[in-house]
Amino acid sequence: MRPKHRIGLLFVMVGLLFGLTGCGRTDMSVFDPAGPVAKMELSVIMTSVYIMTGVFIVAMAILVYVLIRFRRRKGQDLPPKQVEGNNWMELTWTIIPLILMGILAVPTVSTAFALDQKQTGPNTMNVTVKASQFWWQFEYPDLGIVTAQALHIPVGTKVNLKLETTDVMHSFWVPRLAGKTDLIPGRVNTMWFEASQPGEYQGKCAEYCGPSHGVMDFVVIADTPQQFQAWVQKMKNPQVQPTSAQAAEGEKLFAQNCATCHAIAGTNFKGVLGPDLTGFADRPKVAGVLDNNPTDVEKWISDPAAIKPGTKMPKLPLNQQQISALSAFLEGLK
Amino acid sequence: MAKPLEEVLSHHVHTVEAPHKRHWLLDYLSTVDHKKIGIMYVLIGVFYLLVGGVEALLMRIQLFVPNNQFVSYPTFNELFTMHGTNMIFFAAMPLIFGLVNLIMPVQIGARDVAFPFMNAVSLWFTFVGALLVNISWFFGPAPSAGWFAYTPIGLDKYTPGTGMDFYVIGLQIAGFGSLMGAINFIATILNMRAPGMTLLRMPLFTWTSLVTSGLIVFGFPPLTVGLFLYMFERLFGGHFFDATMGGNPLLWTHLFWIFGHPEVYIVVLPAFGMISEVVATFSRKRIFGYTSMVIATVLIGFIGFMVWVHHMFTVGLGAMANSIFAISTMLIGIPTGMKVFNWLFTMWGGQIRFKPPMMFALGFLPTFVIGGFTGVMLAAAPADFQYHGSYFVVAHFHYTLIGGVVFGFFAGLYYWFPKITGRMMSEVLGHINFWLMFIGFHLTFFPMHLAGLFGMPRRVPTYNPGMGLEIWNQLSTIGAFIMGVSMIVFAANVVYAFTKGKVAGADPWDARTLEWAVPSPIPEYNFAQTPLVRGLDPLWIAKEEGSTVPAAEPLGPIHMPSNSFLPLVMAVGLFIAGFAAIYHRLFFIVLGLEVIALAMFYHSLNDDEGHHILPEESTRVREVRA
Ligand code: HEM
Ligand SMILES: [Cu+2]
Repeated sequence: MRPKHRIGLLFVMVGLLFGLTGCGRTDMSVFDPAGPVAKMELSVIMTSVYIMTGVFIVAMAILVYVLIRFRRRKGQDLPPKQVEGNNWMELTWTIIPLILMGILAVPTVSTAFALDQKQTGPNTMNVTVKASQFWWQFEYPDLGIVTAQALHIPVGTKVNLKLETTDVMHSFWVPRLAGKTDLIPGRVNTMWFEASQPGEYQGKCAEYCGPSHGVMDFVVIADTPQQFQAWVQKMKNPQVQPTSAQAAEGEKLFAQNCATCHAIAGTNFKGVLGPDLTGFADRPKVAGVLDNNPTDVEKWISDPAAIKPGTKMPKLPLNQQQISALSAFLEGLK
Repeated sequence: MAKPLEEVLSHHVHTVEAPHKRHWLLDYLSTVDHKKIGIMYVLIGVFYLLVGGVEALLMRIQLFVPNNQFVSYPTFNELFTMHGTNMIFFAAMPLIFGLVNLIMPVQIGARDVAFPFMNAVSLWFTFVGALLVNISWFFGPAPSAGWFAYTPIGLDKYTPGTGMDFYVIGLQIAGFGSLMGAINFIATILNMRAPGMTLLRMPLFTWTSLVTSGLIVFGFPPLTVGLFLYMFERLFGGHFFDATMGGNPLLWTHLFWIFGHPEVYIVVLPAFGMISEVVATFSRKRIFGYTSMVIATVLIGFIGFMVWVHHMFTVGLGAMANSIFAISTMLIGIPTGMKVFNWLFTMWGGQIRFKPPMMFALGFLPTFVIGGFTGVMLAAAPADFQYHGSYFVVAHFHYTLIGGVVFGFFAGLYYWFPKITGRMMSEVLGHINFWLMFIGFHLTFFPMHLAGLFGMPRRVPTYNPGMGLEIWNQLSTIGAFIMGVSMIVFAANVVYAFTKGKVAGADPWDARTLEWAVPSPIPEYNFAQTPLVRGLDPLWIAKEEGSTVPAAEPLGPIHMPSNSFLPLVMAVGLFIAGFAAIYHRLFFIVLGLEVIALAMFYHSLNDDEGHHILPEESTRVREVRA
């Protein structure tokens, strides 16, 4: 018992050290909330941790005491007194937990209702999230923008999300901003969140959805309001003209091979099966997981299933030169 | 009370003498003896514990470093699906069924279970169900949609191939076995207690077995229905769960968890019972607060049915539903807490002996308490938005399942091993086994709480480097291997017991309940004379008086049921039918079902009334086994 206890404490302390003081990166730590929703959730978590730790310490203190005090000694041949029980004591450890649970129930219920409310008022925004195996699409119905893998939001704005899926269940989780909500076929779920500081927040799919569930990543980018407006303007008037011969070659190949699935605003590429590629060059990641640079873009196009097994994007019969051209075209989409 | 010998024997046409000896293997394949059936259940359970353990180790190797390529993503999905399925259905359940079968009838002073033939049917159904699910490794893809097989990911459209069919049909068959087993236990406990054993004199292990059986009777039908719909959807294109065709995937989720939540209590309650027996015996004290223990057991069983939605806090049922289920879930903490404090106060004022069974019981206490506490944390619905689907959950349920079921089972196994085999295990190896398991366990699973809170989702074959997740995963993997070593020590201990183990005698631990009043190993009829029970802990009462447990009847011929191969034949028939259904072979489906029908038909027409064991024989056994 005691060694275990020490190990446990050690873990908690080391864990808190990593989590709270920010040694190493904490892009996904629940202990490092960056918005009101994650803060409310963390406060429920900590309330329960305090109550539970208290009870744990009491129980373990009794255990340790009993084990030392009542070990069988030499010469104890007569059995100890056989005790049936004690109504008062038994009542005590029924009523005290009841009270503790009551204390925990209050923030639980109030937070549950606070998080369930659709946010209204001036500082709000609506986004529709559509998940598919194994990528994310974000639509801004009020702005007429569609993007994928990276969700831009302005700091200090409450974002109401509508969550839908096109195939199986997924779950939308950005630990530092908000706990998760599932995306379920035939249903529209809702949640809201807000980022109080600018930054990039890593998101994950948190409901098993097939072979590439583990790499169904996305990122939430919290911009200052000015940055956000600039991004919106760019997305509405994207730069789509190829700037080099190679890119122009890429555009042709795109029209032949890719446009059935992918859309790009400002062009007549209108495919909907795959992610919208408008403003692709400004995204931090390719497919949500690879870095956005020519090498990784080519890596993805040359064999998507090697990165995301089970993906619907096929491996196209293209040679290295064609793949580089496509990459050049994509990297020009600003 | 007893009739004269001639009269008892007169209406038996045959087999007055003991049946002829069969080769031991044939004997086991045809046995209807609850102890041999119990041993086979335990063997099945231990086997799949090892299989599931190997699957776990493969997963842990894969997760040792980020972006590892040790297994492919699809293989990893098969691994966690089969690991979870094997551990819950084919390790935990058979281990529990095994010990209940072995010990419960003896604890209540019965000669057998109520329906010995059906008991064998249950065993063989479990056996072929487990086999069917696991041979999928050799016949194409293994199931890969997780042990709770959510729809639509588990449906044909998204998980093609036969993998999930093996899961659906294998579980269906094993589920029938469990349901029959539970009915059998309930009938046994309610009807076959020795004279004087009122309900409130039953040992706690028997009580927990009773409540568990009740949970199975109410919990398995929703699973059966769910699996039936699943089977229709996969094999014949039904659309119950397909939202694009007007179905609803949440229907499966509800049906599954209406079964799935009670299921964790099904496996953990008997473990509570074992802990109660072990703590009382090794403190040399009567259990503290017996009545409140019984009430707590019943309450846990009851509330266990009303909390399944806590697995679905994130599916969007709304704040009202979430709050109701959050609070009802927290309520379960109360009877569980009652149990923990009653155990602590059983030891208070006792004389504690740190023998291996007690070590496991003591290891159970802090572990299960942590598991219970993280359970209460999970019950706080808005906090669960963060934990759900993350490694925090993986940590939590292993604390309850390993802390509860595995530690409880090892406590029970070390405790009853001498009773079952007549041999003592090594105490030194027992202690090594315990410490390796205890340290390995906490090293494996404590870090998972943190990995989850640092953003690691569950069921992922890899994780992003540089997010602070590496260290926790590495500690977990090291811990898992330490647990693996502890299992090797356990195996060594079993070998030791059979080669060098001391002869145990009837009551090696100075125990309290009836099973310790009969010789070890237990003779096939358990009690030569049905005992008379005068209170809780009948053997202890007798020992305090310096006597033995009194008999409720004179020594006479003992009626025993005869062995039969029919249960095995029926299971084989079901196996053929199930296997054929997976590959859509109508002819073999019909053939398999026909085998079962014929076996049942033959069984009903064949009036075998069993045989008798004569008093001379039972006296001789008692002298040999002391
Ligand atoms: C050496 C001991 C064990 C180790 C190292 C271990 C490890 C693991 C790991 C790594 C996972 C996958 C988690 C994920 O990616 O989501 C897992 C899942 C699971 N384990 Fe264990 N486990 C062990 C023993 C057990 C036991 C004894 C039980 C039950 C009695 C159990 C029940 C489960 C279940 C139900 C799942 C969930 C599977 C799913 O998500 O479908 N495990 N375990
Ligand atoms: Cu997903």
